Amino acid sequence: MSILVIAEHDNAELKGATLNTIAAAKAIGGDIDVLVVGSGCGAVAEAAAKVDGVSKVLVADNAAYEHQLGENTGKLVADLGKNYSHVLAAATTTGKNMLPRAAALLDVQPISDIIAVESPDTFKRPVYAGNVIATVQSSDAIKVASVRTTAFDPVAAEGGSAAVETVDIVDDAHVSKFVGEELAESDRPELTAASVVISGGRGMGNGENFEMLYKVADKLGAAVGASRAAVDAGFVPNDMQVGQTGKIVAPDLYIAVGISGAIQHLAGMKDSKVIVAINKDEEAPIFSVADYGLVADLFDAVPELETKL
Amino acid sequence: MKVLVAVKRVVDYNVKVRPKADGSDVDTANVKMSINPFCEIAVEEAVRLKEKGVASEIVVVSMGPKQCQEQIRTALALGADRGIQVETDAELQPLAVAKCLKAIVEKEEPQLVILGKQSIDGDNNQTGQMLAALTGMGQGTFASEVNVEGESVKVTREIDGGLQTVELTLPAVVTTDLRLNEPRYASLPNIMKAKRKPLDVTTPDELGVDIAPRTKTLKVEPPAERQAGIKVADVAELVEKLKSEAKVI
Repeated sequence: MSILVIAEHDNAELKGATLNTIAAAKAIGGDIDVLVVGSGCGAVAEAAAKVDGVSKVLVADNAAYEHQLGENTGKLVADLGKNYSHVLAAATTTGKNMLPRAAALLDVQPISDIIAVESPDTFKRPVYAGNVIATVQSSDAIKVASVRTTAFDPVAAEGGSAAVETVDIVDDAHVSKFVGEELAESDRPELTAASVVISGGRGMGNGENFEMLYKVADKLGAAVGASRAAVDAGFVPNDMQVGQTGKIVAPDLYIAVGISGAIQHLAGMKDSKVIVAINKDEEAPIFSVADYGLVADLFDAVPELETKL
Repeated sequence: MKVLVAVKRVVDYNVKVRPKADGSDVDTANVKMSINPFCEIAVEEAVRLKEKGVASEIVVVSMGPKQCQEQIRTALALGADRGIQVETDAELQPLAVAKCLKAIVEKEEPQLVILGKQSIDGDNNQTGQMLAALTGMGQGTFASEVNVEGESVKVTREIDGGLQTVELTLPAVVTTDLRLNEPRYASLPNIMKAKRKPLDVTTPDELGVDIAPRTKTLKVEPPAERQAGIKVADVAELVEKLKSEAKVI
């Protein structure tokens, strides 16, 4: 078997999600090649070559791939993927945008968000917002799957010495153009990679009150997240949303503040190692998954927590 | 311009589904069914484009058993002009749905196809991207803003790091994220009117599409339950437990 893993990166650095995806590839077994598609992404390819367990790195470096538009990268992944038994990408917004496009061109029904590998053709994945886990077997010749990164421990970023090969195929569909980007600037760790996450919900009341969470976060080196209710209410931007339709996180410590615990939020954080819930409603469903629950007014408890850390 | 919107009939988002006792499938007997929330947002966006004078006609399509006509009627009540049902009782997977939609796109020649980014049952997040691939169209996935400007459409997308805006040549595919709009409620007169709007029925066979499933669900099971822990009395005890017991800070 041979597996093509699509690297997650921003042309400057290889993202950690790639290491989790390679871990899923290892669980399948076989030779693992990593494809780096981008522009000016040589450093990413070098980093990928050092990852433990990688046989070969393919690098497609062209202006057409600069913003990883799915129309272009999807075609390239289909062109290269036909030589492999499996094609995997992280279930990030980049992966989710590109991978089904590639799969359709390969005439393959992809499998989204795998959380376990049962055998080379059988995978587990959550459905119904994580209320149900389905075991799914693919009969396609090529298996195309996106990987829920929190379900696989990352492989070592060092220790490998794979060869780097250049791919000359340039797929430019000329149907899409990058216009601009508004990326959240933050000195705090990335939500999906942080070892501690503190999230606020509707109980926070407004966006200004999130300042309390930022202060705690800065003491703990934590990332700050939010429930869908807080995002929908306009307290904070969408990229902070933790949940089935937002980001899936599994830090060592997750602190839920003023979050009731709707199923779609739980689906995004219930694999965290230790969960703390602070909520004044002692009946809130969040307490049924919390290791440590504190029934208290968050406006008293959070500032106190900050001073005691 | 003509806008095509695809809608899916799913278990209502308020229903907590459970696997059947034999683990063969989820138990959907006698549960409330609704239009997938992301699809409802897609319908709303199309209706707003029509209200702005950008769209001239909205065609709504759904696939599945006879009952999915209910969801087409819902979309018609929200403001779509006519419906197409692709009738089948067989299991439909996203690739098959994308192929059926492609056949309808070839017939209807819409300038814009709007779909939900995912359905809340399968959580696949695939159909829009696959339709775009099969038709060679550009794809504006996870949209939080859609602006048609002449021969192109600008789509602001919700991505992991924030927001990204792309410009797509028409015809194009857009898939909706939650914050694109807030769908309206259908008024009673519009619900009555929707009953008289045209609804054509076709089949995958008539469209010339092979819908044979490519994957098989071997088993469904509930997720591992997480045990509730303890309640702490105050912040001091919480910090103490996190330091000495859980050892995470």
